[in-house]
Amino acid sequence: MPQEEKEGDGPATKGTLDRRKFLKMAGIGAGAVAVLALGSKFLADKIVPAIQDPRLRGSSVDSWVMLIDLKKCDGCGKCTLACQQAHYVPFNQPWIQVYTVTDDTGGTYHLPRPCFNCRNAPCVHVCPVGATYVDPDGTVLIDHTRCIGCRYCLAACPYNARSFNWTEPTYPPEALAHAYSPEEPWPTHKGVAMKCMFCAHNARKGQLPECATGCPMGAIYFGNENEDAVTNGMGETLPFRSTLQNQGGFRWKEELGTDPRVYYLPARR
Amino acid sequence: MENQADFDRLVSPLRKTTWRFYAVLAPLAAVVALGLYAYYVQFTTGLGVTGMNNYVSWGLYISDFVFFIGVSHAGTLISAILRVSGAEWRKPITRMAESITVIAISVGALFPLIDLGGPTRLLNLVEFGRIQSPILWDFISIATYLTGSLLYLYLPLVPDLAAIREQQVGGPIRRKLYGFLAMKWRSSPSQKRRLKRGIAIMAVLIIPIAISVHTVVSWIFGMTLRVGWHSTIFGPYFVVGAILSGIATIILAMAVFRRAYHLERWIKPLHFRNLGLMMLALELILIYFTLSEYLTAAYGSESADTEWLNSLAFGPYAYMFWGMVAGGFLAPVFILALTRVKSIAWLVVAAVCVNVGMWFERLLIVVPAMATPQMPVSWGTYTPTWVEWSITAGAIAGFALLYAVFSKLFPLVSIWEVSEEAPAPEAVPEPVGEEVAQ
Repeated sequence: MPQEEKEGDGPATKGTLDRRKFLKMAGIGAGAVAVLALGSKFLADKIVPAIQDPRLRGSSVDSWVMLIDLKKCDGCGKCTLACQQAHYVPFNQPWIQVYTVTDDTGGTYHLPRPCFNCRNAPCVHVCPVGATYVDPDGTVLIDHTRCIGCRYCLAACPYNARSFNWTEPTYPPEALAHAYSPEEPWPTHKGVAMKCMFCAHNARKGQLPECATGCPMGAIYFGNENEDAVTNGMGETLPFRSTLQNQGGFRWKEELGTDPRVYYLPARR
Repeated sequence: MENQADFDRLVSPLRKTTWRFYAVLAPLAAVVALGLYAYYVQFTTGLGVTGMNNYVSWGLYISDFVFFIGVSHAGTLISAILRVSGAEWRKPITRMAESITVIAISVGALFPLIDLGGPTRLLNLVEFGRIQSPILWDFISIATYLTGSLLYLYLPLVPDLAAIREQQVGGPIRRKLYGFLAMKWRSSPSQKRRLKRGIAIMAVLIIPIAISVHTVVSWIFGMTLRVGWHSTIFGPYFVVGAILSGIATIILAMAVFRRAYHLERWIKPLHFRNLGLMMLALELILIYFTLSEYLTAAYGSESADTEWLNSLAFGPYAYMFWGMVAGGFLAPVFILALTRVKSIAWLVVAAVCVNVGMWFERLLIVVPAMATPQMPVSWGTYTPTWVEWSITAGAIAGFALLYAVFSKLFPLVSIWEVSEEAPAPEAVPEPVGEEVAQ
């Protein structure tokens, strides 16, 4: 039974719709939705892996991790000092910062925070120019020749691990003579983001980071996850995974899903 | 042109300029010059001349950016949404709204560039741009929005430009400009058909583009893991605030130019009333969004949320926060409700409250979230310096300056569209009790 619908402006004949036609249109519509859904799924499977930056995935045999034993840390700040001297880091923007934390029981402990070199790093995801990237060993590096200074990485990092060269940094002559590279980022210029880079230059030579060497308590261990061993500045080596399991190892704000490469052993009460 | 007297009145600002215009222009230009000098200082010394630091690493510039891009939503609402929905009364104010859009985007889009630490490496965005970064989404959507808005401002200008060219307005250079821009418009039926089609297409296109722009601006914040930013309602929350400040700005522009250029015959109390009602509605929606945003965080009381909210409600931002609630949210609602949106003077007061309130709203989204500690004991503090204030003032003055110059180059009321309006003037009843602005 044809029914006439009176649309405001259009001709009335356009609105006719009988049962057969309705079923036909509904069938076509359902088919189109199914085709679109399958097509979108197919495209998503193709596109999503394609736009993921290959630089975001480590592929080397080395996979650096750091283990900090909070029981041993007395908050002296010598790690910060060693780091800043070795890398010519300006005084007010330490790459490894020691916080004093008050816990629920009212006790305090010290928490050294280098860059966590997250495996799922928010700073790397948000960088508009790919200036911050993950090297094959899993370390998050910054290319200062590419950084445009938008500071989105500072806003995105949930650990305040990054700082910014707000003005032109000053360097001693030997630093100025050095050739800049993301692994040895000095001398550099104003308007770029800076952070700890796990001493990528040392790690490739088989040496410990400056903070681990500089820690008089031997609290900072560094090593290769794939070798399952971490070593501190005193030459003491621990099995990485079993130490974490047996001594209650944890990571800072683990729930954010950033998957940090820095692990902590809890402070003693 | 059916009515020569109307035409003469509408193009009279293009024909003669009095000393009063320059008296307004000069201080604006001085403030812009101050802003330029401040940027020169910042460019040579580095961002260290601002109050920003490693905790609060975004400040006034990013708030200004969000604010100006918000103001740019004026044109989209008036000239696109009202055009698509067939609201005929919009005709005399479409061009004023669309020019606000173009100027506000142009000024607003400068702020991310002003905020850059390495402006000389800006082209890396083109060479190495990563589509995975919300900053690139922003870059693309704002560029699209600016292009679309320029087209949408330009298309309805064509018939007016042709008329102005015919009537020999302006000196030889301007006549050349008008002639060039008029693109051989002769009002032929086929030209008219194509123009209307082009305008209709742009009106539909510009709405999703505008909504995407402020959504993407909000996502710059929303995509991070920060307390106070990581919120799912940020997209619509930002868009509503944007349209609200857009309406407030068009109300202010209408009041100023109606008086300065004697446009009372076209810009009527009806326009103020309709826009005032819309402003009231959007203000209420904004209050609703604000309430749901903060109440959800407060009631759930995660410790980081609590710290952030405490800093807003009782901490260093309390004066600004409650000032915004009282002056920017509640005061306009009461003014509009008590005057029943009939008094133009009170409407102007409400629009000023709304815009100042929206500016603080943007600031209070950006700064307290950055200052809230993410690691134990490290509250950030932020006090803007003279450089940031000067650049902000320069941008506001620059906006007004560009608008004033625009009003001297192009008619602020779309002449061909209002002369088409002739039939059925009584379609909408005029509200009683007109009060002249100021």
